[in-house]
Amino acid sequence: MQITAKSHAMTPKKAFRSIRFHALALLFGLVMLYPLLWMFASSLKPNEEVFTTVASLIPSRVMWENYKIGWESSGRYTYATYFGNSLIIAVFSTIGGVVSSSLVAFGFARIPFKGSKVFFAVMMATMLLPQQVLLIPQYIMFKSFGWINTYLPIIVPQFCGVPFFIFLNMQFMRGVPRELDEAAEIDGCGWFNKYFRIMLPLSVPSLITSAVFAFYWSWQEFLGPLIYISKPKLYPASIALKMFSDPATQTNWSGLFAMTTLSIVPVLLVFLFLQKYLVEGVATTGLKG
Amino acid sequence: MTTIVKRPPVSQAARARRRNTNLAGYAFILPWLIGLIVFTSVPMFYSLYLSFTKYDALGAPQWIGVNNYVNMVQDDTFWKALGVTFKYVFLLVPLRLASALAVALVLTTNHKGIGLYRTVYYVPSLLGGSVAIAIIWARIFGSNGAFNGIISALSGTVFSFNWVGEISTALYSLILLGCWHFGSSMLIFVSGIKQIPASYYEAALLDGANPWQKFRYITLPALSPVIFFNLVQGIINAFKAFSEALIITDGGPLNSTMLFALYIYKQGFSYFKMGYACAMSWVLLVIISIFSIFVFKSSDSWVHYES
Repeated sequence: MQITAKSHAMTPKKAFRSIRFHALALLFGLVMLYPLLWMFASSLKPNEEVFTTVASLIPSRVMWENYKIGWESSGRYTYATYFGNSLIIAVFSTIGGVVSSSLVAFGFARIPFKGSKVFFAVMMATMLLPQQVLLIPQYIMFKSFGWINTYLPIIVPQFCGVPFFIFLNMQFMRGVPRELDEAAEIDGCGWFNKYFRIMLPLSVPSLITSAVFAFYWSWQEFLGPLIYISKPKLYPASIALKMFSDPATQTNWSGLFAMTTLSIVPVLLVFLFLQKYLVEGVATTGLKG
Repeated sequence: MTTIVKRPPVSQAARARRRNTNLAGYAFILPWLIGLIVFTSVPMFYSLYLSFTKYDALGAPQWIGVNNYVNMVQDDTFWKALGVTFKYVFLLVPLRLASALAVALVLTTNHKGIGLYRTVYYVPSLLGGSVAIAIIWARIFGSNGAFNGIISALSGTVFSFNWVGEISTALYSLILLGCWHFGSSMLIFVSGIKQIPASYYEAALLDGANPWQKFRYITLPALSPVIFFNLVQGIINAFKAFSEALIITDGGPLNSTMLFALYIYKQGFSYFKMGYACAMSWVLLVIISIFSIFVFKSSDSWVHYES
C-alpha cells in the first residue's frame, strides 16, 4: 500500500490500521468480482484448460479466437442474430418505459385531478403484485392476439409505464419548485406546455436513471422470451446462452464463456459511463438493482 | 346538488378550469390506466377464474370448482416447494440485509478511496438476474468447478463435491447467489447513514456511549425506515425468485431447489396444467400479501420516522 505525503503525519498505529483496512477491502473486492474474473479468464483459456486449471485466473495461452468460435458455435444463427434481438427488445422496451413513465409521473406528481390519490395507491400496490399471477392469463391473452413468437408481449406493456420508473420520476418531479408551474400558468401555459416546456427538460436526470435501469432489465430479460419465443431466429442472447449451456451437449466451454462475457459488456459499459445516475437512482428510491 | 347551490357561486371559468385539470390528469396517466385494465386487472380476474378450471391451453377451460385447491393439499411437490421457498426467503432476506448493512457501516468510515470499493461491491447487483451469471454460478460450484479448485489448492487434497447438484447444498448455492448481490441495498444504507446528523453521535460521545450503543441506539433506529423498505422488497422478490433456480438447478436434485415460482412455471408451461398453475399463483399472492401486511403492521413498533 502506498503511503502518500499527506499521511506522513499518521502515527504508525493509524498507518497500520489504514493498511489493514485497504487489504481487507481489496481482498473482499476480489472475492466479489471473482466469478466475473473467472468467467473472463475462462473465456480466454484453451478449451481443454477451463476445468483442469479451474481455479487459476491466468490462461496459459490467451486465445481471443474463442470469441470467434463462440460467436459462430450455435448452428444456423450466429450471436449477431441473438445480440441483435436482445438489442431490439432493449431499445423498444426502454423507449416505451421511459416515455410513458415520465408522462404518468407528471400526472400523479403535479396535476391535482380528482381520484389521483386512489390511483396512485393502486399503482403502488401493483408493485407488490407477483408477476406469476399474471403469467398464464397474459400468455393466453397474447396468444389470442397472435403475439406468440413476436416481441410484442415483452415490449407493449412497457409502453403503459413501469410503476417503479413512475415512482422514481415522481420523486424527482416533486423536488422541482412549483413556482415554475405558476409562472408558466401566468404566461398562459396549459398542462401540456408545462410538461413539455418545463418539466421534461428539467427531469432529464431521472429520465436517464430510468433509461439505464430499463435497459438493464430488458437486456437481461429472460422469462418473457422463454415463454413467448420458440423460434431460434428470434432468440435474444439470454435464451440462446441458456440453450447452449446444457452440460450434456456443450463441449466448447471457453467459447460459451466468451459469449456470456460479451453479454455483460453492455451492462458494464453503461454502468461505467452513467454510474452517477444509477447510484443516485438507487439511493433516492431505494430500488433493487 | 343543494350543497353546490349554497356555496359562493363558482364562476364559469373556475369550473372550466377544474374540468380541464381533471381531463389533463387523466390524459397524462392514460398509458398506465390502459395497462392497469388490459395487462393487470383483466388477467388477474381471468387467472382467478382459471384457478377453478382444468385448462391445457388447447381446448376450452373446464369448470372443476375448488378441485385445483383440493389437489394442491395432496400434492407432495406443492408442500415441498412451499417449504423450500420459505427456507430460501427466511435465510436469504436477513443474510442479504445484514451483509448490506455491515458493509455499508464499514464503507461510511473515513478512509481514502472508499468510493471505489462501493462501486466494486455494487457491480454484482447489476448482473443479478442475468443468465450469464447463472451459467457461471452452475459451473463454479459444480463438481469440477472453481470453488472446489480453490478448496483443493488450499487444503492440498482433491475436492470434487457437486455443490449445486447435491440435496444438502444446492439450495444454499442459490442463497449465496442472492447474497452476492447485496450491493443495491448497501448503497441505500450508505446514503441513509450519511443522512444521520453528526450531532447525534457527538451527543452520544459526551454521554460515553460505546460503538455498539451508538449503532444500537442511533444508527439502527435512524435506518429503520430504510431497513423496512428493503425488507418488504426483499421478501417479495425472494418469493418471486425463479430464473436462477431454473438455470442452475432446474429445481433439482429431488426438488430440493423447487422454488414456488419455478413450480408454477413448470405446472403451467411444462405440464400445461394452467388451471392448477393459476390456483398456485393465487396461493403465492395470498402468502405474499400476508407477509407484507405482517411486516407493515409490525413496522409501528420498530420503524422510527423523524417527525
